[in-house]
Amino acid sequence: MKDVKMDITAGRNYLNETKGWKSWAFTLDHKRIGILYLASITVAFFLGGIFAMLIRLELMHPGRDIMGPDTYNQIFTLHGAVMIFLFIIPGIPAALGNFTLPLLIGAKDVAFPRLNLTSYYIYVVGAIFGIYSMVTGAIDTGWTFYTPYSTQTSTGVVSMTLAAFILGFSSIFTGLNFIVTIHKLRAPGMTWFKMPLFVWALYATAIIQVVATPVLGITLLLLILERVFSIGIFDPAMGGDPVLFQHFFWFYSHPAVYIMILPGMGIISELISVFSHKKIFGYNAIAFSSLGIAFISFLVWGHHMFVSGQSELAGMIFSFLTFLVGIPSGIKIFNWLATMYKGSISFETPMLYALSFLFLFTIGGLTGMFLGAMATDVHLHDTYFVVAHFHYVMMGGTVMAFLGGIHYWWPKMFGKTYNYFWSVVAAILIFIGFNMTFFTQFILGSKGMPRRYYNYLDQYQPLHAFSSVGSWVLGLGFLIMAVYLIHSLLKGKPVGNNPWGGLTLEWTTSSPPPTENFSETPKILHGPYDYDKIAVEPSI
Amino acid sequence: MDTTASIFMPPGGSTIAGEIDAVFNYILYASTIVFAIVVFSMIFFIAKYRRRGKAGLTSSMDHNIGLEIIWTVIPTILVAIAFFMGFNAYLKLFVVPKDALEVKVTAQKWFWSFEYPEGATSINELVVPSGKAVKLLMSSKDVIHSFFVPDFRIKQDVLPNRYSMIWFEAPNVGEHNLFCAEYCGTKHSEMIGKVKVLPEREYNDWLEANSTVGEGMSLEDLGAKLYVSRACVTCHNIDGKAGNGPSFRGIFGEPVKLVGGSQAMVDENYIRKSILVPQADVVAGYQNIMPTYQGLLKERDVDALVAYIKSLKK
Repeated sequence: MKDVKMDITAGRNYLNETKGWKSWAFTLDHKRIGILYLASITVAFFLGGIFAMLIRLELMHPGRDIMGPDTYNQIFTLHGAVMIFLFIIPGIPAALGNFTLPLLIGAKDVAFPRLNLTSYYIYVVGAIFGIYSMVTGAIDTGWTFYTPYSTQTSTGVVSMTLAAFILGFSSIFTGLNFIVTIHKLRAPGMTWFKMPLFVWALYATAIIQVVATPVLGITLLLLILERVFSIGIFDPAMGGDPVLFQHFFWFYSHPAVYIMILPGMGIISELISVFSHKKIFGYNAIAFSSLGIAFISFLVWGHHMFVSGQSELAGMIFSFLTFLVGIPSGIKIFNWLATMYKGSISFETPMLYALSFLFLFTIGGLTGMFLGAMATDVHLHDTYFVVAHFHYVMMGGTVMAFLGGIHYWWPKMFGKTYNYFWSVVAAILIFIGFNMTFFTQFILGSKGMPRRYYNYLDQYQPLHAFSSVGSWVLGLGFLIMAVYLIHSLLKGKPVGNNPWGGLTLEWTTSSPPPTENFSETPKILHGPYDYDKIAVEPSI
Repeated sequence: MDTTASIFMPPGGSTIAGEIDAVFNYILYASTIVFAIVVFSMIFFIAKYRRRGKAGLTSSMDHNIGLEIIWTVIPTILVAIAFFMGFNAYLKLFVVPKDALEVKVTAQKWFWSFEYPEGATSINELVVPSGKAVKLLMSSKDVIHSFFVPDFRIKQDVLPNRYSMIWFEAPNVGEHNLFCAEYCGTKHSEMIGKVKVLPEREYNDWLEANSTVGEGMSLEDLGAKLYVSRACVTCHNIDGKAGNGPSFRGIFGEPVKLVGGSQAMVDENYIRKSILVPQADVVAGYQNIMPTYQGLLKERDVDALVAYIKSLKK
């Protein structure tokens, strides 16, 4: 596997060193596994995206446009399940994290390469279960699988929850691998506080993945037991308690939204600093706020249940902690802004996504206040306001950071450039389309439009139609991106080691890197953001 | 009360709406200001510090205790106020006044039924007097539903294994939308109704008329009325097309295939049994999803529905 001679000859890299499908299927190289993940989650993202477009088409008018209510209920469930379990949870950690983590800390690979490949194949098995479930009577419960509806429906609850159960192991293995890698494999001289902030974010994420995911696994297993063996756990008809399911489910699924957003925040820290060519403001504040968020995120699950009949006292505590968890996120926003102050800001494509992130995630975070305050949550709960808030955080936040990360590390991954003009066009279309689609939904929701409605009252039609048109603009942006990225793979111009002038270690090795990442163990000569001390010229 | 409507909120129709909207507006203003600061600084910085030529070395400023205290403490104060306002108003939503009129709400796939103190009942239309506190005691017969009246700013999940409660007082006469807000399957989006607020005198008249509804009406007309008001229409068409249940058109006097392969004749007793014990004889090709109407219909109502279905010839 590893080339013991260590002779880096020109043109040899992790992509061309070995050939044939077996060299990919049995690879232990974190970079190749990262690429495998990237390809898989891209497929999942487009699949989930098609479901989203179908939902918006159906909602153009009240009543039937293109599908019946049962199909619609399946489609919105699949949109959620695919996007959450197959795309956004593995998205940044398993794809971008796998590729970059060892490079960022100056290591040859992750701590357990075989476990890494195993986690990828577990992901594939989980995905196959999910697809099997879609083909044979797709689930119609919503991605939250609330009981007792999920105990009683005749659709494929067991196969889909089994898929999520299996995918959970993939997530746990990746998290475990990252924790050990960060503890044990940092290059000599890279102390904890010389790590890039993306590494801190991956570390905090990994802790949540390892601690919270088993709870989801157990919950889904209990649900399967109840359905298959009629053991009453959640269904009152069998002596169970449906609200218990909600507690279990959100005990995982609220921390899980931080599995989704924390790595995104890590990417944004890298992007803002590199493209402002400026030392990151408040390194410690950003690093510790990641850990703080990870910890408090375990204690806020009850804010999903203010109208579930939960006690007022419990509600009050959850509301209080929910506001508390918002503060560290706010601090990060201000730190990123302060990083731009007196910087030297360039508008490369990744930076456009970082700026989109700042704009959209701020809206996402602030609208969380409406939902964290109990009185307003009673009105807004289960309406489109929640849908909009969630998409502003997850798509405006995580997906924008993910796209920024893709465009940032693309030259390193494939050694090629992409078309700047078209990448700007796509970024702008995605920004405009996103706001058209989802800002309208804040208004729809506060006007009282409930979520998961196949049909709706005429008064909501103009806003729904506007939102649907926005989704086409959004979809067009992604199509353009697909075209110029594929073009880059086939015909992109070769790129130098350090196209952005970054100071983190991955830019010191060749693009694409050799299989062993670095020709010799990297020396840590400066901090990851010392733009005040070191002038690095971008090498195109 | 249209004065309370904004770009975001619908017109308020309950005594509590104003207070909820005050919390909403406080958060709206506070977050708009914070958002403006963030976006303004972002635009200002990218304009002022955009890269001209080579990057060169930049400032080494990486912390500023004063600034960091400011941007931690001020947001903390802002959210603390939101928390207290939100909690305060929330408590009022759930502390029921002692003299409240009590209505029993039953949710099931996919309609709402209401039982009033004097024995009157209604379906998908909650009728209440204006200016009087109304307490809703709610439970579900199947899955979780959620009682949501946007104009009143109230929402409460309705559970199958316990009672849940919410209350409101509508000061003005009018009509308000009622939605099911917890996803409950195929007809979730059809599980909608109205809250009708009447002057107290008209409400009393309605109560009285409702407990004697249909007197002086022919059975057929009453049946046609019940077909809509008791929500048969949600699942059974009268145009011959199948819905969630079979159409009523032209079925009387004809044989019908049942789940399990046996056959039945659609006669008076078959219809009666299908209304009161719907799970007994399910027509082949349909799911066993119809709830029982035992207790929801009076003897004469059943007679009327039978007469109405009889009248629907091919």
